[in-house]
Order: sequence, then structure tokens, then C-alpha cells
Amino acid sequence: MKRELSVVIFVVLAAGLCAIPAFLTFGEPAESGMDQYFIGNGQAQAAANNIVTSVVFDYRGFDTLGESVILFAAVIGVGLMFRSMRGEEEHEDE
Amino acid sequence: MRMSKIVRTGANLLYPFILIFGLYVIMHGHLTPGGGFQGGAVVATGVALVIVAYSFEEVTSMIKKVGMKARESIGLLIFIGAGIGALAVGAPFFSNFLAHSGLLFGQSIPSGPNPGDLNTAGVIPIMNLAVGIEVWGGLAIIVLYMLSSIPKEGS
Amino acid sequence: MFWNLPLVAVVTLILIALAIIVFKKNLIKVFLGIVILESAVNLFLITLGYREGGIAPIYTNAPPATMVLPTPQALTLTSIVIGVATSALLLSFAIIIWKKYGSIDIDRIRRLKE
Repeated sequence: MKRELSVVIFVVLAAGLCAIPAFLTFGEPAESGMDQYFIGNGQAQAAANNIVTSVVFDYRGFDTLGESVILFAAVIGVGLMFRSMRGEEEHEDE
Repeated sequence: MRMSKIVRTGANLLYPFILIFGLYVIMHGHLTPGGGFQGGAVVATGVALVIVAYSFEEVTSMIKKVGMKARESIGLLIFIGAGIGALAVGAPFFSNFLAHSGLLFGQSIPSGPNPGDLNTAGVIPIMNLAVGIEVWGGLAIIVLYMLSSIPKEGS
Repeated sequence: MFWNLPLVAVVTLILIALAIIVFKKNLIKVFLGIVILESAVNLFLITLGYREGGIAPIYTNAPPATMVLPTPQALTLTSIVIGVATSALLLSFAIIIWKKYGSIDIDRIRRLKE
């Protein structure tokens, strides 16, 4: 019963996803004034030749701060899990 | 378990070149494609190559966990310091206060296509270096923690 | 539909990843399906910002042409780093489950009470 139900749901999802390439054209994005501003004024305001780096570190620098903290928290999580695995042979009376 | 002599010799020869290429990708982030995160991943790949070629017990005397933890914390502190340094001058938080000035990385550039100059772009190379050091320390410490949980041979 | 080839590739990768997550029993294979799904979403983000006949948005020795949009590429950088953090934590979970239960078959791990 569960196998047939999962196969049916999967086929319905596949048919729905196949409609995506029919509605989107490749090579003509929606007209965006913000990206034209970044390309036009990026060299004068951020003084960098690489527009993507100036968007990541200067115009949207706060998102990069959040991303660095996420990487730091993932390393803390991995360290916590392996510390509790190694320490349970030593503290057996807790 | 150590690898054969061919693998160890190859890792010995390749390791300095991978480090230099990773540092090049980090430092030229404002001129060519690349930057902090990409260059940090390249340097961490070099460290993982050395750890795989030699057995883990031989490597722990050279690559310690304390050094990698210190690198990760110092990278994040320099990144936040570059943001607070903009507050000390009077500009908003995280603004590029060194661009087009005469100080450390502050040379003006002409508009349009030009051959790049390393001395430009203000706070951005400092932020690239900080994020590169943080990603290097973070990925190496993940590999070291996962390897240290494998029990020793014969126990 | 050959002019839409990147979008067709994105849909194919999403379908393969969903088939792996739903139909496989090994825990490592399910985690690999999650990694393929994240790669497909990153590819979709970059595909949305392409202009016809454009070059990379870098001014160093650039030929005269229109530039593609830089904002989706910045969002994809953040998404890749979040994928790395998720994969590291998932693999740590897999190591600890193997140490405690002795197998990584998800039909056997479900009986938590015995």
C-alpha cells in the first residue's frame, strides 16, 4: 500500500515539474533596474573590477557576515557531537 | 594505514603548489573570478591531501587541532573588526571607507575595461583574507574531528 | 526543447534526487540524494540570470559586450556554503548512528525502543 502510494505521488510531482521549461525562456531575464545600477556604478563606488565580489562584500556585506557565522556554528556542532562520543568512556558515573 | 611510496611522493611535490595557488585565488579576489570562499576551499583541499596520503597518527604531530581552531576564530574576528572599523571613522556599519582614499588599499581606478591593479578596492582584500583563513581552518577542523573518531587498528 | 537545455538539466537532476530520497534504504545514499538536490537548486539560480551573448561581470581586460546579472551569483555563493555546513552535520550523524546501532539500514533504525 505504501509503495504504490509513494510511486503515484512521485509520478504526479514529475509531471508537475516538467512544466517548468515550457514557461521560462533561457537568455531573457526579467528587466531589473538594481542589477543595471550595480554594473554601472560598481567601479565608482566600490573601486573594484569584480562586480560579483563587490556585491558580496560591499553592497550585501551583512549577508556574508551571517554566512560566516553559519559556517562557524556548523564546526561547533561537529565538535560537540564527537566530544560527547569520546567522553562517554571517561565519565561513566554521571 | 599509510599509502604507497608513489602517493606519498606525489603529495610531497604537490602540496606547496596547491598552497600558493590558493593564496593567489584569495588575494586577487577583486580583480579576477575567485575570492575568500573559493580560495579557502582550495587551501583546505591541500591539507586534506596530506592527511590522506600519510596515516593520521603521523600527521597529528604536525597539523594540530589547536592551530586550526585558532585560525578559524582569528578569521572571524578580523572580519568583524573590518566592519567595526568603519564605525570608528564615522561611516555606516560595513561601509567601504578605504575606497578612493590614499591609505592602505585605496587607489582610484578608471571606469570601463582596464588591466587591474592590486592596490585598489579598499576593505575588500582585507575581508577576502579574513574569510579565506576562516574557511581554511573550518574545513580542516571538520576533517580532523571526523578522522579522530575512528578506533585504532587492533583495538 | 534544445534551446532550453540548462532548464531541462535542472528538472532531470531534481527528479533523480527525489527518486533517490524516496526509494533507497541505505542512509549514505539518502544523504547523497540531498546533496544532488542542493546542487540542482544552485544551478537553477545561476541559470535565471543569463543574458543572451553576455560575458562575466568583470571589468579586467573585458571585451565589449553586455554583462550578465551579478546578483544571482552572489546568492549562489551563500547557498553553496550553507550546503557544505548541512553535509558536514549530516555525515556526523551517520557516523554516530553507525556506532550506536551497528547498521545504517533505515528499516532497522526505526525501532528505537529495543
